[in-house]
Amino acid sequence: MVTSTLLEVKDLNVDYLASNGTVHAVIDVSFSLQRGEILGLAGESGSGKSTLAYAITRLLRPPAMITGGEILYNPRASRDEKEDTINRSPTHVTLTRLSKRGNQEHQKNEVEEQSMDLLQLSQAQLRDMRWDELAIVFQSAMNALNPVMTVGAQIMDVLRTHRPHMGPDSRKQRAIELLQLVGIAPDRLRSYPHELSGGMRQRAIIAIALALSPEILIMDEPTTALDVVVQREILTEIMRLREKLGFSVIFITHDLSLLLELADNVAIMYAGRIVEKASRRDLYLHPYHPYSYGLLNSFPSMHGPRRKMSGIPGSPPDLRAAPPGCAFHPRCPLAFDTCRTVLPALRSLRGEDSEQLVACHLYDPRFNAEPPSTSDLARKYEALVEGSSVQ
Amino acid sequence: MNKLAQLEGANTRHDAGPILEAVHLRKMFPVRSLNPFGTKQAVHAVEDTSLALHPGRATALVGESGSGKTTVARLLAGLYTPTSGTILFRGEPAKLTDGSHLRTYRRHVQLILQDPFSSLNPVHNVHYHLARPLHIYKHVRNKAQETEQILSLLNRVNLSPAEQFIQKFPHQLSGGQRQRVSIARALAVQPEVLLADEPVSMLDVSIRLDILNLLLRLKEEEHLALLFITHDIASARYFAEDTLVMYAGQMVEGGPSDEVIQRPMHPYTQLLISAAPDPGHLSADNNASATDLPARGEIPSLIRPPSGCRFHQRCPHAMPVCSQRFPGRTELGGGRWTNCFLYGDGGT
Repeated sequence: MVTSTLLEVKDLNVDYLASNGTVHAVIDVSFSLQRGEILGLAGESGSGKSTLAYAITRLLRPPAMITGGEILYNPRASRDEKEDTINRSPTHVTLTRLSKRGNQEHQKNEVEEQSMDLLQLSQAQLRDMRWDELAIVFQSAMNALNPVMTVGAQIMDVLRTHRPHMGPDSRKQRAIELLQLVGIAPDRLRSYPHELSGGMRQRAIIAIALALSPEILIMDEPTTALDVVVQREILTEIMRLREKLGFSVIFITHDLSLLLELADNVAIMYAGRIVEKASRRDLYLHPYHPYSYGLLNSFPSMHGPRRKMSGIPGSPPDLRAAPPGCAFHPRCPLAFDTCRTVLPALRSLRGEDSEQLVACHLYDPRFNAEPPSTSDLARKYEALVEGSSVQ
Repeated sequence: MNKLAQLEGANTRHDAGPILEAVHLRKMFPVRSLNPFGTKQAVHAVEDTSLALHPGRATALVGESGSGKTTVARLLAGLYTPTSGTILFRGEPAKLTDGSHLRTYRRHVQLILQDPFSSLNPVHNVHYHLARPLHIYKHVRNKAQETEQILSLLNRVNLSPAEQFIQKFPHQLSGGQRQRVSIARALAVQPEVLLADEPVSMLDVSIRLDILNLLLRLKEEEHLALLFITHDIASARYFAEDTLVMYAGQMVEGGPSDEVIQRPMHPYTQLLISAAPDPGHLSADNNASATDLPARGEIPSLIRPPSGCRFHQRCPHAMPVCSQRFPGRTELGGGRWTNCFLYGDGGT
């Protein structure tokens, strides 16, 4: 697997225009996604993680507006590299037979040599690009599938639109392959969504997303509505398919304990900004941002001693009037004066070339000489528990 | 069964005995069929369920969706009539048939619903929601008392300043605040038993622990008996002293929470625990997470449930006897029990 940057988001800003004030849902978010990487986006509801995902797919509608930034996409030079036999035939078929729009295709191929900014694409270019390169799995499989179309028809619909030169037989063949790929029996092709269980519907959605073997799969809380056992099956399936097909995943969830098992890297969002980005191991062993620590410790563990846990006090801020300085300071047990006025930037810790980035003044030598350790964070949060039990 | 329950009560060092007890509860929901001559079908939602709630103790009921845990809560709250079986309140069979008996029962047993976004009336403010139970159960005589009680209720659920919250409408509250209002509404009745049906699953992750801690504090202060229904086995361990595991309408395992979760006996409990996300793998220095599920699949249809133990189709240890009849309860000592032929046959 080639490790190179597939997607690079630079200083992305998304606003929701509302009559009673503009909501800054995504503010100056930058990150990059490597080929084959699973990037987890975690945060509470309202932290802007879904808005960010929709911005990348350019699916946002007014009143949402992308007010700044770049989303650079580096496509593979040629898509023939794929070794997987299941993908080879249909992909080849399309690449060779897409002569109807030959001129456009040619131009597109030239552009594809370098990176392209998704925010500059026209609607027609976007239509080519969506699902071919970038597919999305929506949160609720119950709502994402059309209830009056069979599952097979919905898969073949994608193929008919994007691969107009595939015949009905090869479309059906591909649909059967896709269902087998996600572990559904091919005779389910003629089933309607209501005939499938929740887990199978979610698998069907994943099959549709994989129909054109995209480079990036965005999954917006794909397992939230499912039971733990089914959730585990779907996650195993995603991991297996990623190994096999080599796509990258942006996985959005509020369940951090899930991400720590699944993702390579995790970005924590709070009030529209990324406050910490680290590999899952670093984040689990030593979260730096107090919010990350609080989020990690919002999940009771199954092992170890039972102790009183605190969660995070307060509630997320109103994004129309986000607090000045660090948006987390009203809820932060370690906030000091600088936090209330100066906005922390996302930077690596004390100039080390570590992969762990954090936006917190506690780790900035200009404001705080002694950065706290994880046990310091734990102590501050434990003090909160004592406080609440007195109340 | 009564004898058994008494034994259990003695085992769990509670001289007072259980306050609310369900004995061999069954619930079937008839399925409407288009064919008037066809065989009558029914969803066998709850089969032979027995549980006991003790004052000052929380019991967690864990299972997947469709396992019948919400039906158990609704049976205990008197919202459904059981097909068979009895509910004992303070050792007396509770009459849940007519209005006045039901009202007396509900004075003691209250239910907190899962979804705080639909369980409050959007056209009424917080004052109305809390005043209704106070009037219905005649806990107040005049306006001054009413206001005083409402303010104290709001303070008890940490909604401060209470004076401001009293006139807010549900849409002005966040999910966590709404759930606090629901809890306050249940407390207004001054119940002895609280049935909490997934009280935190609709809330944001950072707020969940707050609500759980609030319920824990109320349990301590008011000596409430709590039934905590959840699908998250880790929060069951955090919250409850005892854990019961349900599968497809049947209770399969129960006992002290730590015991059940650290040393699961029933294959279904083992499956649930291996499937739960557990970042503890990372510290254990092995990247191989528990990806191998012992049993795939989902809960079977309860209209024609599998015979015998309903888990036998997914069970890696299934024996011929498992499909023939449901195993009896096997006591494992220390309050632990399980319904599984692997550990015996419940003495029959």
